[in-house]
Amino acid sequence: MDSAPASDGQVYLRTTVRTAAKLLVVGHFAVGKTTFVGTLSEIRPLRTEETMTQAGAVVDDLAGVNGKTTTTVAMDFGRLTLSDQLVLYLFGTPGQQRFTRLWQDMTRGALGALVLADTRRLQESFDVMGRLEEHGVPYAVAVNHFDGAPSFPQEEIREALDLLPETPLVVCDARDRISATRALIRLVQYLQTRTATTSIAQERV
Amino acid sequence: MTPSRKREKGLVRPYVVTDGRAHPTRNTFDLVTLVIAATDRPLSGLSPEELRMMRLCRPGALSVAEVAGHLALPVSVTKVLLGDLVDSGHIITRAPVPAAQLPDAQLLQEVLDGLRARL
Repeated sequence: MDSAPASDGQVYLRTTVRTAAKLLVVGHFAVGKTTFVGTLSEIRPLRTEETMTQAGAVVDDLAGVNGKTTTTVAMDFGRLTLSDQLVLYLFGTPGQQRFTRLWQDMTRGALGALVLADTRRLQESFDVMGRLEEHGVPYAVAVNHFDGAPSFPQEEIREALDLLPETPLVVCDARDRISATRALIRLVQYLQTRTATTSIAQERV
Repeated sequence: MTPSRKREKGLVRPYVVTDGRAHPTRNTFDLVTLVIAATDRPLSGLSPEELRMMRLCRPGALSVAEVAGHLALPVSVTKVLLGDLVDSGHIITRAPVPAAQLPDAQLLQEVLDGLRARL
């Protein structure tokens, strides 16, 4: 029985759960993704690792790079049971990798993404936001407040990140459950407004 | 532009447990597809990895990602093995989001309600 997790109480889903929803928590290295997921998760956050080989890389635009590319990409994820029927999974994923298959896997079925940003390294968030846009994943931005990091007026951050007027921007503390929950709420509210305005166009899907 | 075939072959070693297959027999697994083990199937003939999977999934439902995380297997390998176990009737899946029954707007509202209740 080596593979059964030690404490069973929290490991398995309630038998009544019928639907699993997925949200992504993305951002550059050390921006607080793992902390954010860990703060909200009811289970000890789990990690999966995927070795991306050259074959996977060539599908994307790394063709021409010499043949030794093998990268391990790790995803941390957690779970929140939201009701008897509904469970929400949060996937904390590095955004900078250009592996198409990985992105397809990650974004498939995702309702949206929360982009975590750090005011000391705002420019590092561009890559991630660009990738989400390419894959058609709607997102909100949450500035993760680090002790000692400078705080700027929202307008300046918006401008620095070149955000669309409708893209929500919130400040959160990834270590704080209430603060992290509020950031997700803002994201979901934004997703609702998008659904309302695009539902007619998507009727054929 | 075209990678060397030989080199590619050398890079699929993590897939030894899947007999070299990188893709599952069915393309129905999402990271959050919920799976649970059937209790009425004999476990004879299963590989060690498949047995670990069955033991993990017997007590209750888990997502594909959780199965991968608990067993420390890459998601891609997990999907191949789960696909085999679904084919043999050992594992039962639930679709991640049954889109036909639960439109996005309703799902989003339920997610929102659930999050608000945690404040």
